Amino acid sequence: MLLIGAEDEEKWLAEGIAGIQHNAFYLHRALDSNNLRDALKYSAQMLSELRTSKLSPQKYYELYMRAFDELRILEMFFKDESKHGVSVVDLYELVQHAGNILPRLYLLCTVGSVYIKSKEAPAKELLQDLVEMCHGVQHPIRGLFLRSYLAQISRDKLLDIGSDYEGDAETVMDAVEFILENFTEMNKLWVRMQLEGPGRVREKREKERSALQELVGKNLHVLSQIEGVDLEIYKETVLPRVLEQVVNCKDDLSQYYLMDCIIQVFPDEYHLQTLEMLLAAFPQVQPTVDIKTVLSRLMDRLSKYAASSADVLTEFLQVEAFTKLSNAIEKVIKMQVDMPAVGAITLYVSLLTFTLRVHPDRLDYVDQVLGACVKKLSSIPKLEDRWATKQLVALLSAPLEKYNDTVTALTLSNYPRVMDHLDNGTNKVMAMVIIESIMKNNTCISTADKVEVLFELIKGLIKDLDGATDELDEEDFKDEQNSVAKLIHMLYNNEPEEMLKIICIVWKHIMAGGPKRLPFTVPSLVFSALRLVRQMQGQEGDIVGEEVPATPKKIFQLLSQMIEALSAVPSPELALRLYLQCAKAANGCDLEYVAYEFFTQVFVLYEEEIANSKAQVTAIHLIIGALQRMNVFNVENRDTLTHKTTGYSARLLKKPDQCRAVYACSHLFWVDGQDGIRDGERVLLCLKRALRIANAAQQMASIARDSSGPLTLFVEILNKYLYYFEKGNKQITAAAIQHLIELINTEMQSDSATSDAFLASTLRYIQFQKQRGGVMGAKFESIKL
Amino acid sequence: MNYLVGAFKPPCNIFISFADGRSRKQVPLKKENGKTVMVALFQSQESIVGEVVIEPVHRKKVEHNGVKIELLGQIELYFDRGNFYDFTSLVRELDIPGELYERKTYPFEFSTVEMPYESYNGVNVRLRYILKVTISRNYVGNIVEYQEFVVRNYTPPPSINNIIKMEVGIEDCLHIEFEYSKSKYHLKDVIIGKIYFLLVRIKLKNMDLEIRCRESTGSGPNTYVETETLAKFELMDGAPVRGESIPIRLFLSPYELTPTYQNINNKFSVKYYLNLVLVDEEDRRYFKQQEITMYRLLETS
Repeated sequence: MLLIGAEDEEKWLAEGIAGIQHNAFYLHRALDSNNLRDALKYSAQMLSELRTSKLSPQKYYELYMRAFDELRILEMFFKDESKHGVSVVDLYELVQHAGNILPRLYLLCTVGSVYIKSKEAPAKELLQDLVEMCHGVQHPIRGLFLRSYLAQISRDKLLDIGSDYEGDAETVMDAVEFILENFTEMNKLWVRMQLEGPGRVREKREKERSALQELVGKNLHVLSQIEGVDLEIYKETVLPRVLEQVVNCKDDLSQYYLMDCIIQVFPDEYHLQTLEMLLAAFPQVQPTVDIKTVLSRLMDRLSKYAASSADVLTEFLQVEAFTKLSNAIEKVIKMQVDMPAVGAITLYVSLLTFTLRVHPDRLDYVDQVLGACVKKLSSIPKLEDRWATKQLVALLSAPLEKYNDTVTALTLSNYPRVMDHLDNGTNKVMAMVIIESIMKNNTCISTADKVEVLFELIKGLIKDLDGATDELDEEDFKDEQNSVAKLIHMLYNNEPEEMLKIICIVWKHIMAGGPKRLPFTVPSLVFSALRLVRQMQGQEGDIVGEEVPATPKKIFQLLSQMIEALSAVPSPELALRLYLQCAKAANGCDLEYVAYEFFTQVFVLYEEEIANSKAQVTAIHLIIGALQRMNVFNVENRDTLTHKTTGYSARLLKKPDQCRAVYACSHLFWVDGQDGIRDGERVLLCLKRALRIANAAQQMASIARDSSGPLTLFVEILNKYLYYFEKGNKQITAAAIQHLIELINTEMQSDSATSDAFLASTLRYIQFQKQRGGVMGAKFESIKL
Repeated sequence: MNYLVGAFKPPCNIFISFADGRSRKQVPLKKENGKTVMVALFQSQESIVGEVVIEPVHRKKVEHNGVKIELLGQIELYFDRGNFYDFTSLVRELDIPGELYERKTYPFEFSTVEMPYESYNGVNVRLRYILKVTISRNYVGNIVEYQEFVVRNYTPPPSINNIIKMEVGIEDCLHIEFEYSKSKYHLKDVIIGKIYFLLVRIKLKNMDLEIRCRESTGSGPNTYVETETLAKFELMDGAPVRGESIPIRLFLSPYELTPTYQNINNKFSVKYYLNLVLVDEEDRRYFKQQEITMYRLLETS
């Protein structure tokens, strides 16, 4: 059905074009022979093709353009009186004899433009006459094109009139008056198109109309081009009249397009000076008009204008642009009850962008915008619309981007209130944005108050929000929590007291987050606190005797609370590591009992919580490592701890693990450094024990699998022997090493295993030491391979 | 026709000419055979002065019972073709009975002739003025020669010329108010006016203004009325909405109009009407006819 329609249309268009060409041929002949009578006759016939009602606007436009080209030629002919010998006055009457109105008016406009150019009659009267006579065509499409022709053909004359006669305000007004009149009528016709032809699809109709919008808008364009139209005329005549038409036409498409057109066509300076008037029109348009886009564009333009030069900024202040805009937005939102939330938010985003560009120093304005937005949001249920939340994120992101400094955003009292209106997911996204902004700009948040606000903002990440029942994506959750962990490192103040406050606040917040989050956030906080401890450690001497609120002891108390909280998770391995870190820090602070307490906690954890044998192995090695470096303990305490450690090492499940843990324990008795313990006896004891275990492991392996396992354990122990031998442990003798090497060799032969790379390189090392000579070489000399 | 007569070889040629024939304005006149000739133009109360030249052919002697010239104003009704009704008849004797041997010139004069009616060439009626020269003869037929001329009478602009303004309509359907600037127009006038749409509930397609000419001839049961649409002028294209005002500007000069003739000699009348026609999308026509008076204004050029 539609397809056939389109084909028919093509046919009609072709017929129309053929008709125009046919008559144009005779018209050219008449023009060549200077035959005015025939010229008029054939031009009228040619123009009759434009009387068709069958074509869509696009096709009609094609037809119109053909006729238009011919009319330009005709106009040239009319201009040259010597060719036709009729005065332009008579010509003006002559063309009006045509019986059909459409050809008549096209010809009248053509002659009229020549008439104006000739200046034989006042331009004002002629323009008035033309625009008045065009009333005869009431068919929307034909009328629009006719008036468009009038506008086009009179355009250069109008620009002359409007600009040539300098200072003659009256002629400028004539031109303006004419364009406004023509514009008004065109708009009326354009609006009427909507009502034409019942039963047609509304959408199609609107599409067709959109195709014609430029015809209407061209009038405004011409107005903007007339030099004589200064601010005064624009303010007093042009804008009020155009707005009146826009408001009165009560048509969505028209109001949207024309408001946009006004904004795009006229200079920004004019908009700024007539802001009040322009904005007053916005609440008056139809509730269904997408006015927010237009208003946004206006603000966009104005803010760009403001950015263009510093001089104009004062103008913005003079006209109180911000206040006006924000009032206008409020009104628009109030008038357009049905406007979706996204619309309102978009408006606020634009206003905010405007504010940030024009008044970057006015934080109160920014806050005001956010406040208005909160007010709007609180009147509607929680946002569900995806677009709306997207806009809201944009709204919240704008200040962050502008100020490059999240601290600024933290001072905005309405900022968190806006965030409250986001749904949980978006809230998190926004929180992430905030954190990213902080990370990107390396902003250091240095006061407890700000930290408090910040955590209030990102509470979506910190704790479960009400009604958050949806299944969380594990990856996302990790990302989020890692970000929070990163953020914690950005909270820093040189002043220990303030820093402690910050830590306390953060702790308070992350406590609220529940066990799920603690493994991510606690380590950061612990390290942050430990940093504070180390910092105080450096300063401690200076502040002795004063009542210091922030002492390492206090911090350690807090730390132990924090780590204890992890047990609820439970995450014993992590807690264990953190305890060890704390112990080390306490060691640094010379707080023996604190360190001891931490170790106690470590062992409690080990005993009660860590059941997995692999975890146990790791834990033991960690403990050994940490303990080895502790120097704060007295002998008794140290013995207790080392004893415990070696005990646990020997009681690991797997023999190889046992073996490794035990030889690692040997280090507990041999600490490098000035006042380190060097208990060679016990080192040897450990190593021998390890060797025994290794032996047992070897035998077990050969029984169980009918083959002796690798000799790795022996080689490892050999390496330990060599280490202590080099370090000068008297208990480790060359003979002992010799013995061990032989033992390994025997095992190798019985096993007939392939040669072990580790062993080979160890032996090579011994060889190397032997050949190096010197003290070490002499020492190694006694080892025979 | 003169040639036709000549074919029978009349014994003499007759020429009628006006004294101011060269300077007098000539207007076209459509003859019965369809040809247009240029003839002299007069108005009432003018003196018709000229001369008649009689030229015998080949110096033949022409005997006659006298030569006279008549000025006739005639009305011819086509249903009664060939029967002329003379409303004016003036005679001047040019020569007493005698003989003509050679070319002879007779001056004549009808002074301040009353010619109240204008020449008119209508559908069913014709009003004409002729000069008729008759050479009366015995036994053989008279020799007659005609010279037609046209009379036009000029009227001063009327002292009262009201606008025509009227509100018409179909209830709840269409209400318009139209306005023509005058009720009396001269022949080269312009009709200025406007149509104001008070209510439009029907889909209009276009609107035309017609000039109609109504010629009625005869009287009583023998009255013939002929209506002709002389002009059809499109005023509006498309459908207007309420409150729309459509301008009218119709130049009358391109159309062949005559003044309004009111009961000319009880024989015929010619009246003019403006007919406003609105056509809707179903091609239904709504119209309102309004009489206007046409008059001839003396052209000052």
